Amino acid sequence: MKLSQKIEEKFFKVLMVFSTYFILLILGIIIYSIFEKGLKSISWEMLTQVPQGGYYYGKGGGILNAILGSLALAFGATILAFIIGLPVALYINVFLIRRKKLVNVIRFLLDLIWGIPSIVYGAFGFTLMVFFGLQTSLLAGILTVTMFILPIMIRSMDEILRTVPIGLQEAAYSLGSNKSETAFRIFTRQSVSGIITAVLLSFGRAIGDAASVLFTAGYTDHLPNSLLEPVATLPLSIFFQLSSPVPEVQDRAYASALVLTLIILVVSLFSRGLGKRYHKTKINF
Amino acid sequence: MHLLNRHQRHEVNYTWMIISLLIVAFLPFLLFLGLYLKSFLLLHDYSLMDLIFSKEWKPTNGKFGFYPFIVGSIWVTLLAMIFTAPICLLTAIYVTQYTKKTFLRIMHPAIDILAGIPSVVYGLWGILVIVPFIARYLGPWMGVKTMGYSILAASFVLSIMIIPFILNILIEIFQAIPTELKEAALSLGATPWQTIKHVLLKKALPGIIAAFGFGLARAFGETMAVLMVVGNVVRLPKSVFDPGYTLPALIANNYGEMLSIPRYDSALMFAALLLLVVSLFFNLVMHFFIVKYNKF
Repeated sequence: MKLSQKIEEKFFKVLMVFSTYFILLILGIIIYSIFEKGLKSISWEMLTQVPQGGYYYGKGGGILNAILGSLALAFGATILAFIIGLPVALYINVFLIRRKKLVNVIRFLLDLIWGIPSIVYGAFGFTLMVFFGLQTSLLAGILTVTMFILPIMIRSMDEILRTVPIGLQEAAYSLGSNKSETAFRIFTRQSVSGIITAVLLSFGRAIGDAASVLFTAGYTDHLPNSLLEPVATLPLSIFFQLSSPVPEVQDRAYASALVLTLIILVVSLFSRGLGKRYHKTKINF
Repeated sequence: MHLLNRHQRHEVNYTWMIISLLIVAFLPFLLFLGLYLKSFLLLHDYSLMDLIFSKEWKPTNGKFGFYPFIVGSIWVTLLAMIFTAPICLLTAIYVTQYTKKTFLRIMHPAIDILAGIPSVVYGLWGILVIVPFIARYLGPWMGVKTMGYSILAASFVLSIMIIPFILNILIEIFQAIPTELKEAALSLGATPWQTIKHVLLKKALPGIIAAFGFGLARAFGETMAVLMVVGNVVRLPKSVFDPGYTLPALIANNYGEMLSIPRYDSALMFAALLLLVVSLFFNLVMHFFIVKYNKF
């Protein structure tokens, strides 16, 4: 090997190692600074109370409204997206299995929808709301977030369902099942772990997104009593508290960010754990 | 006892599937139509060229020039890509070609966590770390006076946010390259880096372009994190240390007052429509690169 080649070899190797550890380092810094800032200002009061009068000037209270609001919104949207998403994912993998071209078109369409920024969904959701004469509400927020996580849900389920071997499908048919039985009883059971991962992934997206609920879910200091009332969400509460000039309120924004990050970390840990546990029900070929 | 017999149940399930599929299939068209109808008011009164290339943004006087926002968006997005592209490419090559499988087992959760962090939290982190860093160190060091809230801050934060997105695609692409190809090059006496440079990168090029394209589209539409650190000043930025404004930030910042000024809501919906069109266009073009890549 010539010397120049050796130098080039070493140079790029060093660059590669550097960028890999750089990414890990950045992740470490982000997690560290969120925990460091958040842990200082988090308190039991914050987690268990709704904002009191003058909360946004540094008086007492907490972000329970935002925590519960976000959970309600994300649960609602995830359930709705599951009800619409699962049948679509099953349909393209069971009913359309011989129509490769059509399936590719549908997948392509889903990828396109996946790429649409969430603020566009927010604006569209707002347009729909005005069209139907709705106010900002939990319902409008759920509908908007559902649209936003639907492609994520379907495509991640689809990635798992497409790995189900064709032999399993043939076996089901030869034993006399019809197509929808094969889909809902065989395919879902074979892919439980993947479906759980897809649901949790969508839940994480739903709870973390702010741009789509900005117009549609509104914001309130109270806990909502019905679907038609506005609801507070964690990302927006972080955003609003951070815009405050009062340092105590800003500190609460860091604590809220810690809460949100923790929820998302727990969800993603769960999705790995559950995925492994349900692996056993899978038939291996 | 079941309420319905199997054939009836099949019918119910089948109808449910078809309805869901139709909902999903019509969604993008509905999005486009809804936003188009809403921005029609604006498009009716102004020409498209005027809207895009006019610099004046004074909604109260009926002046809607989107040029500063478009330029701001392009600056932020391109800078973010310039920062993130080499790092993602080098990392993807490293973890797929040089390290053992176990290393990927550390990398994957790390990428997942990066991807899972919500954009508001990235924005908050930007305010905590990046903005002061630029205001106190980078700005003075470069001899510029800056608040820190700037195009540069936004693109720093953005470049980190899109790392997991691009890296995942790149890793998949490099893993899909057949090992034989690599072995052939190595057995002809090529060094590892020569193999990567002349064989792998050439083979993966359409895929790499697609990964960057998808990342670009993602970055272009990112809202909250950018909004929080970009400064939100309607002015053409002269340098990267100047504050700017982006299209998504424009929509998000003004939703409260948009109903009180005539044609303002229409203008914001037009901004959303622009975002939608840009995102669809990019994803469409990049999809063909991926198709081309898969043909090999």
